[in-house]
Amino acid sequence: MVGISSVGAYIPIYRLKWKEIGAMWGGKAPDGERAVAGYDEDAITLAVAAALDCMRTTKGALDGLYCASTTSPYREKQNAAIIAGAVDVGNVECRTADFAHSLRAASIAVRAAFDTVNSASARQVLVTASDCRVGAPKSKFEQILGDGAAALMIGSEDLLATLEGEYSVFREFTDLWRTQNDAFIQSAEGRFIEEAGYVPLMRESIAELMRRYTITPGDIAKVVFYAHDGRSHASIAKALGFEKSQVQDPLYSRVGNTGSAAALITLIAALEEAAPGDRILFANCGDGCDALLFRATERVSELRTARTMKDRLSGTIPVSYGKYLEWRDLITVETPSLPERSEPSLSSRWRERRTISSLYGVRCLKCGAPQIHPNGQAVRVCVACQAKDEFEMYKFSDRTGKLFTYSIDHLQPTKNPPGLNGVVDFDGGGRLVCELTDYDPACARVGMPVEMTFRKLSQGEGIVNYFWKAKPRNELARP
Amino acid sequence: MEGIKDKVAIVGMGCTRFGERWDMGVEDLLVEAAYEAFQDAGIEPKDVQAAWLGTVFSGVSALTLSPVGLQYIPVTRVENMCATGSEALRGASYAVAAGICDIALAIGVEKLKDSGATGVKGPAIVGDNTDGSSGIGSGFSAPASFAYLGTRYFHHYNIAPEEGKRLLAEIAVKNHYNGSLNPKAHFHNILTVEQVTKAPIVAWPLGLYDCCGVSDGAAAAIVVRADMAKSFRKDPLYIKGLAICAGARQGTMHQAYDYVHIEENVIAAQRVYSEAGIKDPRKEISCAEVHDCFTTHELVVYEDLGFSARGKAREDIDAGAFTLKGELPVNTDGGLKCFGHPLGASGLRMMYEVYLQLQGKAGPRQVKNPRLGLTHNLGGNAGGGVGCCVIVGNEKG
Repeated sequence: MVGISSVGAYIPIYRLKWKEIGAMWGGKAPDGERAVAGYDEDAITLAVAAALDCMRTTKGALDGLYCASTTSPYREKQNAAIIAGAVDVGNVECRTADFAHSLRAASIAVRAAFDTVNSASARQVLVTASDCRVGAPKSKFEQILGDGAAALMIGSEDLLATLEGEYSVFREFTDLWRTQNDAFIQSAEGRFIEEAGYVPLMRESIAELMRRYTITPGDIAKVVFYAHDGRSHASIAKALGFEKSQVQDPLYSRVGNTGSAAALITLIAALEEAAPGDRILFANCGDGCDALLFRATERVSELRTARTMKDRLSGTIPVSYGKYLEWRDLITVETPSLPERSEPSLSSRWRERRTISSLYGVRCLKCGAPQIHPNGQAVRVCVACQAKDEFEMYKFSDRTGKLFTYSIDHLQPTKNPPGLNGVVDFDGGGRLVCELTDYDPACARVGMPVEMTFRKLSQGEGIVNYFWKAKPRNELARP
Repeated sequence: MEGIKDKVAIVGMGCTRFGERWDMGVEDLLVEAAYEAFQDAGIEPKDVQAAWLGTVFSGVSALTLSPVGLQYIPVTRVENMCATGSEALRGASYAVAAGICDIALAIGVEKLKDSGATGVKGPAIVGDNTDGSSGIGSGFSAPASFAYLGTRYFHHYNIAPEEGKRLLAEIAVKNHYNGSLNPKAHFHNILTVEQVTKAPIVAWPLGLYDCCGVSDGAAAAIVVRADMAKSFRKDPLYIKGLAICAGARQGTMHQAYDYVHIEENVIAAQRVYSEAGIKDPRKEISCAEVHDCFTTHELVVYEDLGFSARGKAREDIDAGAFTLKGELPVNTDGGLKCFGHPLGASGLRMMYEVYLQLQGKAGPRQVKNPRLGLTHNLGGNAGGGVGCCVIVGNEKG
């Protein structure tokens, strides 16, 4: 039996109100908002955050990591390997793969993970789905889209939900697309998409799944499905014959359509609210349809007391439309007076790869002091007792800490000024001088609890320079 | 270990006007400072037997000094961040003390304003990650790390932010007043506490007037054997102590460090006092030039150098202990804050002021009956720096 053994999600802290967009372009906008990835986030960093959220409760190394996204920062270079490094999979043989190009990429990856576990090629496979899609300014997509990520651990033991049925079809249908040269999503006419593509495809696929497994709408506790926007989501629910109470809210007016992550985020919210024995029908759409049937186990009730979607959505920070444009590189702004970081040296990054990818430092075997160099220099001599080369590796990325001192830095080159940087003292020992992110500068204080988060430090002409920053711990979030 | 005390003397000094010297390149600044020093010492350029040139960004190798026109002598370019000028003086002093040469030039220069940037650009070094060539080094500003001192000091001593800002402002106000009396200083404006506390924030808690000037300038000293000094002038300065120390950046990596002091300052001070035979610096030192790159640093330096007891700098500031008329005048020429901070020149600029003070030539800034003067630099920043102290006196023995 295969199924889902753990779930994780990550929604960026920043929100752009629909009314801000309306005010910019003169249109009328209803109440609602969309999640906006920070200037230092992308599909990879979002996926890392969701993956770490998912891995908090799992045991053992990963045998596979499948990454789904339509907005990979690299056209050539694997996302999954970067994510595997950052989450420290602890297994060099972990199979990594990217699933790309389709809004259905996440469920394709999930089905591949089920097959991998079913064939006993892997014990557990982590699937991430993340997207930062950009609609053209003034287009409807600007409002509809949101940024976010989900992660599911697929396995065969300690399951939260088991897979009871699956049905997939592909369909060559051109509704949304981006060519290699398109910065923004292109789309066919809305009613054409609905009437010729989306509605019949969803209806037929769900009907076929229910026929094959002899299920009626009454057997389903919650139905989770993808739609391009909230209006289309509401209309299809009705067309499929489900009661309003059966339909899981896709969070489109709070987070937005998160692309390849949207259906998984909705599924996770449904699981968190599910009772043992509940059946959840899942349908994801894009170049075809994946319809899956899940049944919640006894363990599902553990999710209610863990970090839930409500916790993940609390404590947001509003952003202005101008900031949104700047963060997504949609306008050219004045360059900061202090130069950005120089392009990193690849060989230097390679030497310090464990520090850079998963924030490993060392712990002195003689005096026990954990330590990490703020610039990523190798530590060969203990800063506390001067013992030479007597260390074990020590991971800081999963350590919480407290802000020992800080500065609100108006000169720091950042797209979210003023910068905040400071000295983080880790619980359990060790100290790192680093940047912070996702903060309200007014809330900075000595002793502020922080945790580490994988971000883009800079991106020039060369590689994306990922590293770890500290961020205030969301104190509403339960451990 | 004998130490440097009374082995060498400074018999001539020069210092350019500091500031945004759009009119002068590195070569002009070097020539101006060097020739003022030659003239002051009563020597010709050909008399110089060896030279130490300090600069952080404004040139590499001995050839940076070539505009001065010295002929086929050993020239060593040194760099030790903001302690670079003092490092040049140390090289010259130790060579003379060792008897390798009798007349040496120590000169420091920095031309910061040709960079086009408002602040100071970091060095381009590849290989050891001192600049984070891995790409993960600090992306924040130089003021930020000194802001950490302020944030933590306020917290540590339970000082409300507004009161802390006022305290820092008193330091800036003092240094600007002193600088206003100095024609060679970068700035000449007198500030009020209110102007300082209400200035735009650069890196909280540091505002614009808590930060030193980014300046161009050069300063130079002629160092000779102490027993020859009186043949050059009647009022030479004798080096009494010279200490420099670098930590292992343990402060940035280990929780033991408190961010309310700087260990490298403390150790450099202890060593220099020991070498110079000073027991009570507050009473024995007549005037001090300390590294006030940011007001937070001057605040902790009072305590690091033993001018104030730990945690008591506030009381001394409020008592006016470090003003021109105070018990121990500090930064009588305006300091880095107001005189300006061309990195490689600053250590020697400080010595230039102490030189004038101990010779009684400081004009309206003159302190009474000075005997011993101190200069102090910190290269780097809180948690990992290079501390440097030099003590000079106007009498031998």
